[in-house]
Amino acid sequence: MGQKSLETLVGFFILLAIAGLLMLAFKVSNLTTYQGNDTYDVKAQFDNIGDLKVRAPVTVAGVKVGQVGSIVLDPQNYRATVILRMDKSANYIPDDSSASIFTAGLLGSNYISLSPGFATQFLKDGDVISETHSAIVLEQMIGQLLFNVNKNKAGAGDSANADKS
Amino acid sequence: MITFVQHVGRLGLSICTEVGRAGLFLSKSIWRKPRSSQKLHLLAHTLFNSGVLSLPIIIVSGVFIGMVVGLQGFNILNKFSVTSELGQMVALSVVRELGPVVTALLFAGRAGSALTAEIGLMKATEQLDAMEMMGVDPLGRIMLPRLLGGFISVPLLTIIFCAVAIWGGDLIGVKWLGVDGGAFWSNMQNSVDFRLDVVNGLIKSAVFGVVITWMAVYQGAAAVPTAEGISHATTRTVVYSSLLVLGLDFILTAMMMGGW
Repeated sequence: MGQKSLETLVGFFILLAIAGLLMLAFKVSNLTTYQGNDTYDVKAQFDNIGDLKVRAPVTVAGVKVGQVGSIVLDPQNYRATVILRMDKSANYIPDDSSASIFTAGLLGSNYISLSPGFATQFLKDGDVISETHSAIVLEQMIGQLLFNVNKNKAGAGDSANADKS
Repeated sequence: MITFVQHVGRLGLSICTEVGRAGLFLSKSIWRKPRSSQKLHLLAHTLFNSGVLSLPIIIVSGVFIGMVVGLQGFNILNKFSVTSELGQMVALSVVRELGPVVTALLFAGRAGSALTAEIGLMKATEQLDAMEMMGVDPLGRIMLPRLLGGFISVPLLTIIFCAVAIWGGDLIGVKWLGVDGGAFWSNMQNSVDFRLDVVNGLIKSAVFGVVITWMAVYQGAAAVPTAEGISHATTRTVVYSSLLVLGLDFILTAMMMGGW
């Protein structure tokens, strides 16, 4: 095989690898979504964020409009401060909207849902969402449920004893 | 008892000298005067030998590994009825782990052994000595392009392997088992991070490339110049570089998961 055709094949090999890297970058990984300047940041404080993770989706009526940028604990009031990285194209969300943390399915990951308010002012960079609802922690709910069931049972037992005496 | 301790001591010393010799060999071959562009065709030649000629085995095993991960993943995920997460499972396991490791092992078997045998035979037929007599430096002329060719081609082969394996997973999951194509790709995009998953996989494969090529070229140069010596050297290349790849893979993964 001549030197020319050998170099051509090596060139094809390198081009093939570059094409593969482009596919891994743009089709397989998240390099294209929510990068650079086409986002604006909104802050929200929650009493309890449950299992919320960075990069969890932010939705309005189930449609993704952004993602969670960072989560830090506020040292003053011990609440979780969540930075929502909103898509620039979603610039029509009223600034009295409320944010809640939901779970996708029974065992799924947590996400933030915004319910739009009625204000004519829209959310912009640096705004704070004041009305928030914490994550529902399943263990606490089950604990409360069990506690209530036990209380009812105990109450029923007491009244039965009272009848007897 | 004393002889046993002596044997252990001798083994330790020989391991140390071997590692030291291999390190000196690598640094001597890599750090040399600026190369003329005429050397570039030597690099093209080794890229062809170790890269292009490894493509068929890399592509075929990539497709089959992607397909088998898709099939296994579908059966497991089907139990929890979350088959829409199949894309995420295939992509993450291929990009993070299977791509770099399997490519490295195949490269060690396909190209590493060939490098050792080639250089060992050159040594046995005294071609290296003849070169030195002619005033041509065998380290620059023979070893350096082979080392560089290996360093470059392993990451490139890994990229191709990953792309092909994900396509194989798509082939099985979407085309054959009927997972929704949109969910397959969008779940994959949502969960695979370019920096944390793809780039870390490529860092791993670059390290593997250095280790395998270094091992192969050194074993060839240090081989006992007989037919038996070359066969031993070839075996050692494949065994040692496979073990090193698996061990380093664990260490690198632990470091990356630990957030280094």
